[in-house]
Amino acid sequence: MQIEARDIAVSLGGKLVLRGIDLSLRAGEMVGLIGPNGAGKTTLLRVLADLLPADAGSLRYDGLTARALGRKTLARRIAFLAQGGTVHWQMRAGAVVALGRLPHRRPFADQNAADHAAIARAMAAADVTGFTERTLDSLSGGERMRVLLARALAVEARMLLADEPLAGLDPLHQLEAMALLRRTAHAGAGVVVVLHDLSLAGRFCDRLVLLDQGRVLADGAPDSVLDDANLARAFGIEVARGAQDGQPYALPWRPIPRKDETAS
Amino acid sequence: MNPAATAIATESRSRYRFLVALLTALLLAMTALSVAVGYADLDLGAAFSDWLAGRASLPALVLVELRLPRALLGALVGFSLGLAGAAMQGLLRNPLAEPGLLGISSAAAFGAVAMFYSGFAGAFLLALPLGGIAGAMLATLLLYALNGRGAGTMALILAGVAINSFAGAMTSLALNLAPNPYAALEIVFWLMGSLADRSMAHIWLVLPLMLLGWALLLSSATALDGLTLGEDTARSLGFDLGWLRARLIGGAALAVGASVAVTGAIGFVGLVVPHLLRPLVGHRPGRLLLVSGLGGAILTLAADIALRLMPIRPELKLGVVTALIGAPFLFSLIQRMRRAA
Repeated sequence: MQIEARDIAVSLGGKLVLRGIDLSLRAGEMVGLIGPNGAGKTTLLRVLADLLPADAGSLRYDGLTARALGRKTLARRIAFLAQGGTVHWQMRAGAVVALGRLPHRRPFADQNAADHAAIARAMAAADVTGFTERTLDSLSGGERMRVLLARALAVEARMLLADEPLAGLDPLHQLEAMALLRRTAHAGAGVVVVLHDLSLAGRFCDRLVLLDQGRVLADGAPDSVLDDANLARAFGIEVARGAQDGQPYALPWRPIPRKDETAS
Repeated sequence: MNPAATAIATESRSRYRFLVALLTALLLAMTALSVAVGYADLDLGAAFSDWLAGRASLPALVLVELRLPRALLGALVGFSLGLAGAAMQGLLRNPLAEPGLLGISSAAAFGAVAMFYSGFAGAFLLALPLGGIAGAMLATLLLYALNGRGAGTMALILAGVAINSFAGAMTSLALNLAPNPYAALEIVFWLMGSLADRSMAHIWLVLPLMLLGWALLLSSATALDGLTLGEDTARSLGFDLGWLRARLIGGAALAVGASVAVTGAIGFVGLVVPHLLRPLVGHRPGRLLLVSGLGGAILTLAADIALRLMPIRPELKLGVVTALIGAPFLFSLIQRMRRAA
């Protein structure tokens, strides 16, 4: 699956949230979407998932528009993991994960063997098989997030768009979730993941896209995107750098004093 | 593949089928009981044999003109209210939602009251139901127009508040301007809701509309499941939310509008029944639909049987009985939700 976004612009409530976005996404690649609060990360992800229409620009899925591809086909090809992990009814975890198979279901048909297999694979991958019969309100926030990740994996789509899937996870499960997303990408699906943790983003992603004020500030290999100038400009921070096991990492270290503050 | 997951899915499915079968059996029993219970002593055997033989005897007339319409209407109206309640709760993802919330019930009531007021209701039998359906349709079209402009769930609820207060005010105005005290009294009694003194003609009038409404609501089951994870996720699963809202609002308007038009306002069935049944279907909004319809029919028939057995004359109005059960229930529900929050 390939997504081609050209010159995308979006206004929300009269404010220009995204402008001039050019982005190519392809299968087999793990892309991290980073940027400060309000940079437009969630908006961009929703546009890419065809959940929000762009005001300008063009969007092609394997060369076709969403309309030409059809809603059902698009639902089978793109899995979307929403931010916040809202679950409105206290369903059992197994039933929640099974929702990921709805795009594959024919009307009024029951789950078939392929559905059961996909659900079991997704639950095993997200380490939530033990929660199958538990209701979601009996799980912790991090456990619930993993169930929702399993739900998105159960679609077995060619592209997974995940909005802050690490929110609420402890360090062990953050590492495991990133490894899982990376495995998913290298098994052939495209993965786009919104992240706030720069060191995890740098370590696990094949490519980073840095958004700032609705524009793509940098797009490329993690090393080149996470350079001092970009981080200073987008986040207003200095980072501490180091290396472990031959992999470089960057830790947010201190805010760079704003110009007006230094002047006074 | 994982045999444990398959076994769990199969078990949950067979539990659901058992629940549907159980509720269906209960509904049939309640319908039979409703036919058997009444004020006049009735030899049911004689009544049925006279009816089937085409003899217009008194027992046969009591059966066909009084008992049967009352039982059937109770089942149909209860099914409509329970089903519509579950569907609205699924759409708005709020356990307190009810067709009344969207203003459909009160608009239907106002439509019927307008028929009373104008005197059409006295002129021909079907004026009342037609007025009720027209009111519900009007409310639906308003909601539908709003929906077409991409309004979200919150906007729909607020529109419901607006429709409710408008329809309530117009109903009060009709009472205020009623040509004579008897007309006002008739309107008030009718607003209380009752299954008494309706005929088979009422049933034939509203049945097609109800069936269409049920079909629209029941066909939304999987989409409601998808909506559990929010509107973005539901859309990413391939559901067209505009079409889903249109189906649910239209279906609720048909089912509830037709119900209110023939029986007046019978509240709280759509609130109480889905709440009681939700844990039994694993909180799945799609599976809640059919069982809430069956449960609504059972509850409505049970309340109507109970008020006929109570030694209070004239009999209590059904709408009063369901409100007596439902209002305390609503308060305890709100309390529990506040504590959980």
